[in-house]
Amino acid sequence: MKKKLNKNSLNGFINYGIVIAAFIIIQIFIGKGMLSNSLQSLLVPACCYIVMAVSLNLTVGILGELSLGHAGFMSLGAFSGITASILLQNSIPMAPMRLAVSMAAGAAAGALGGVIVGVPVLRLQGDYLAIVTLAFGQIIKNIIMVLYVGVDENGFHIAASSERFDLAAGGTAIIKGPMGAVGVSKLASFTAGFVLILITLLVVQNLVNSRSGRAIMALRDNRIAAESVGINTTKYKLMAFVTSAALAGAAGALFGLNYSSTVASKFDFNTSILVLVFVVLGGLGSIRGSIIAAALLYVLPELLRSFDIAEYRMLIYAIVLILVMLATNNEQFTALMGRVGGWFKAVGGWFKAAGARVVGWLKSLGRTQSKGKGGTTNG
Amino acid sequence: MSFLNNVITGISLGSIYAIIALGYTMVYGIAKMLNFAHGDIIMVGAYMCFFAMGSFNLPPAAGVLLAVVVCTVLGIVIERLAYKPLRSAPSLAVLITAIGVSYLLQNGAQILWGAATKTFTPIVSTAPEARLVLVPGQLSISYVAILSIVCCIVVMIALTLFTGQTKMGKAMRACSEDKGAAQLMGIDVNTTISVTFAIGSALAAIAGVLMCSAYPVLSPTTGSLPGIRAFTAAVFGGIGSIPGALLGGILLGVIETFAKTISTELSDAVVFAVLIIVLLVRPAGLLGKYVPEKV
Repeated sequence: MKKKLNKNSLNGFINYGIVIAAFIIIQIFIGKGMLSNSLQSLLVPACCYIVMAVSLNLTVGILGELSLGHAGFMSLGAFSGITASILLQNSIPMAPMRLAVSMAAGAAAGALGGVIVGVPVLRLQGDYLAIVTLAFGQIIKNIIMVLYVGVDENGFHIAASSERFDLAAGGTAIIKGPMGAVGVSKLASFTAGFVLILITLLVVQNLVNSRSGRAIMALRDNRIAAESVGINTTKYKLMAFVTSAALAGAAGALFGLNYSSTVASKFDFNTSILVLVFVVLGGLGSIRGSIIAAALLYVLPELLRSFDIAEYRMLIYAIVLILVMLATNNEQFTALMGRVGGWFKAVGGWFKAAGARVVGWLKSLGRTQSKGKGGTTNG
Repeated sequence: MSFLNNVITGISLGSIYAIIALGYTMVYGIAKMLNFAHGDIIMVGAYMCFFAMGSFNLPPAAGVLLAVVVCTVLGIVIERLAYKPLRSAPSLAVLITAIGVSYLLQNGAQILWGAATKTFTPIVSTAPEARLVLVPGQLSISYVAILSIVCCIVVMIALTLFTGQTKMGKAMRACSEDKGAAQLMGIDVNTTISVTFAIGSALAAIAGVLMCSAYPVLSPTTGSLPGIRAFTAAVFGGIGSIPGALLGGILLGVIETFAKTISTELSDAVVFAVLIIVLLVRPAGLLGKYVPEKV
């Protein structure tokens, strides 16, 4: 019996298709040596940002709560992933396996952070929730900045200041306060990033299309109505929030293991906003939009670096962010854009007609010429 | 004595937070939006004063005046261009727009004035001997601290009188309670909101000058963290409430100063942890009133 695909799952399959196709094309490019080293170094972070954007979209677009501390979960994931990878150096010698376990550890840390933040915070609404997630992001950053973690023959050490951090000689310091994690073995690979994106898509799309996902979207659209038909607000909000945090943690672990050193200040408010820009420009609630926006907006500025546009990048982002918000939320502006669009269409139609006329003219010209010459021109 | 010294430092820092928090609280009370760009208006104000005094050799008073005028105009322009078209949009859209404006100001400042930090010339002397000595050798107050506290008190009294006694103040209170009903009573809601933004931005300019006089470093991101802390103060005291902003600001300043004596790095974490605890226990803040959602 043939099962009919509904629109949602078809959309989901298209997303998988885009990601897989992009992966294959990039692999071919790498194989032929057509990708410069600087571009290749962007692949893993781009994967991380795609996962970040898709997971933030789950909170902002699908749950409808603004989170300004998404980088905090990334940070948790990065540092716990790095810690896990160093602790497991001897017990799991196989690098891909260790990377997978580290990413799982990062996801677990992110999820734990999500529960700790989510349980109190999700009782708040709107702007308060936004500001508290921002506060949590800052707290996580500040705490990691003073954290010292290391391992020696006596076992695992953790301290809040360098004085109290007594590591025996021969021990390895993993996180050194403001200096962050240093001496990390770079385990991350593009393939791992690709797999992580697929897992993220699998998790998010299945969640969205499930009964729980519909409950989550019902909460977004009208909380009071959803509550009155018996949807458990806290449970579903927490479900979306923790899933999102766990995915961010996994992305963070991959990100952390892509560099030999990582500092906590990398995952600050600006990073949260950057990911938010990806989500907003890709379209709130649109997973495909998030993927494309994150990939393009992360890689494009790096490509344009030679044009000296880097210092204007954030300025342009800011303007685009404002314009997109105005364009999608203001009736007058939408009407204006519609008129401009119509005008463009009219101009386009005129050009098309003119073009057709020119082509026709050229064709007739070609015909007369070919007649005159008696040759074979392809008119 | 070091305890009292800390309390004084905390109150003077808190006074600056309170002035910033007033801007947040008034805008939130009336437009029901979190003006994320408020912190960056502080930065613009400080830059204006810096250039007026440094490049044009104007007296401090003229520098402050210039800062206030520029920020007021900036506040009104931002409101008209970015926020007014979104009056009926969901709050998420407005908040994201405000973040966009904040980034626009920060990056605009960075391109115009460079990313390098500048040393602000304080509007009153901050030399070690420029202090009011209460107990010789032990307890003293710097003139900047006195100025901040006096400014805060003056602003607070002026605003209380303004919202309580004038026609515009009455219109503001009406708008914050019910915009639709206010409009039906013949109040020009758009003008009222613009005036609120103007007042908030003018206060931000004053706060910017005071803050940079007390802590004389100036960079395009100078305003963002104090802005967030001041918002915390506004929420702490109960957003929408003017006495709440004062109380929240001063409490936050004192908490931050004491947290700094324990650990400088963790002072922010302490401030934000306090915010979270307050919000969990009293979602409407210390002096705010809880309004249940009507269905």
